[in-house]
Amino acid sequence: MIKYFAYGMIIVWAMMAIAAIFVGDSATNVQLDNMLASPNLENPLGTDELGRPVFERLLLGAQTSFLVAIGVVFFSSIIGTTIGVYSAYMGGWIDKMVTKIIDIFLAFPGLLLAIALAAILGPGIENVVFALVMVGWVGYARLARAQTLSLRSREHIQAAKALGVPTHLILFRHIVPLLTATLGVEATFGIAGAVISEAGLSFLGLGVQAPDASWGSMIREGTRYLLVAPHLVLIPGIMLMLVVLAVNLAGDRWRDSLDVKSRKN
Amino acid sequence: MIQYFLRLIANVVFISWVVGTLVFLLIHLVPGDPVAVMLGDWASPADETALRQKLGLDLPLWQQYINYMSGIVRGDLGDSLFFQQPVSELIAARFPYTLQLALMALFIAILIAFPLGMWSALKAGKWPDHLAMSVSLVGLSIPNFWLGPMLILAFSIGLVWFPVSGAEQPFSWVLPAVTLGTALAAILARMLRASLLEIFHEDYMRTAKAKGLSGKMIYGKHALRNALLPVVTILGLQLGTLLGGAVITEVVFDWPGLGQLLVDSIQRRDYPVVQACILVISVAYITINGLTELVYAWLDPRIRLDKPA
Repeated sequence: MIKYFAYGMIIVWAMMAIAAIFVGDSATNVQLDNMLASPNLENPLGTDELGRPVFERLLLGAQTSFLVAIGVVFFSSIIGTTIGVYSAYMGGWIDKMVTKIIDIFLAFPGLLLAIALAAILGPGIENVVFALVMVGWVGYARLARAQTLSLRSREHIQAAKALGVPTHLILFRHIVPLLTATLGVEATFGIAGAVISEAGLSFLGLGVQAPDASWGSMIREGTRYLLVAPHLVLIPGIMLMLVVLAVNLAGDRWRDSLDVKSRKN
Repeated sequence: MIQYFLRLIANVVFISWVVGTLVFLLIHLVPGDPVAVMLGDWASPADETALRQKLGLDLPLWQQYINYMSGIVRGDLGDSLFFQQPVSELIAARFPYTLQLALMALFIAILIAFPLGMWSALKAGKWPDHLAMSVSLVGLSIPNFWLGPMLILAFSIGLVWFPVSGAEQPFSWVLPAVTLGTALAAILARMLRASLLEIFHEDYMRTAKAKGLSGKMIYGKHALRNALLPVVTILGLQLGTLLGGAVITEVVFDWPGLGQLLVDSIQRRDYPVVQACILVISVAYITINGLTELVYAWLDPRIRLDKPA
């Protein structure tokens, strides 16, 4: 049951993001004679304060959150893993310096750093991705570093070293493949985090700008009409919650299946 | 212990210094000329020169840095361009509200998490456990900028129990605190459950049961007390996170705290205030985390003696 909900919802989310490609100008077309309409036959989810159809904007919002989540997780996992693995494998002063940098990043409240960066760089989807990558890479770096430290003295690494395999090949052929499962779980939760953070930044007016849509900015615009048109806040919020819930559930399942100890009980 | 204490202080000071430096550099990251951005498109060159001099942006970078850092040490965070008043006064007026909100959210989180976590651990594997854990997963997945409006809709507009926004009325803190505390409650409930389940398998629990102690003694005294140590650490660390997370909640409820000031100042391009808000929230976060570590080290000697637990 839970499995079908989680994977089904993620597929629905991806389909919505793809469907958004085919949404034409109607999603950004201002029609003041049709504002704040309740759900009806023409507009299945009603219209917003500028008469734009909520359903089409919901699709655009799905696309925004999907692209941001994939972008953030892709870049932060690659950057974080590379730094973490390299630092742990090299050891010495490089590792000391990287550990200190990781500590400093962890000492910052994550959301605040993203807000600060988004505020300074100005709104826009690329800046949101950049800000969230700046916050996000640390988690992967810490995890990859810890895992590499325990892998470094394994026999197959020693053997590769003795055979004169170059360092970058040892790292990417003999260490990174062993980290993919753990990092994959982290990345799954990272997707949920990125979706919420993107919507949060857009809610604060620091993310995606009009006429583009984000579920966060839809909620922000909708709160002003909470009394007359609650569907404007309700619908993007429910979508957001379902997607985050589904991704978290998928991550939970994956983590549990990797944890052999708890599976036995 | 004293050595540990000094090392901890040194670390807090060091990281605060790094944060201060980053916050100083923030204004130089503004694409283009920060002065032009602050004044907008219609400013005259004379205005721009005046503001540049006022902010000290015409000085060489190293001198700006020294001025900024010595200002922080003296408690001088510059002047707000919008309010025409020292930033430190603005911060001092707003900070208590943010702290109050964070503490109340912590209180609400504990109030929800303890019964939920204990219930689900006692009934592990049965339906109450599944129910409690599902509830906590939903709590973890609700974004607070959506939960807030929904609570307003239900409890301020529907039932008229609490005010919609602001901080003037006696119970106006309830909805913001619930909004901010829900995610933390979910995390805490899950941690408490895991921690209790681990302890249920300990030998002393079996001994307590074999001795024929009452359920209250077994679970209250033996299990809960031991399960609390990791949970308390998380509580301390999360108080700092709440300070950061309060930004969104404050905006939703028009709560007159630092987060609201930060977001308003970003929109007004009042960079001295933006810098100061980020600095103050970060340093508060770092300090609270340091204090938590200290309390933990005091509770658990293995940590301050720097031996792996």
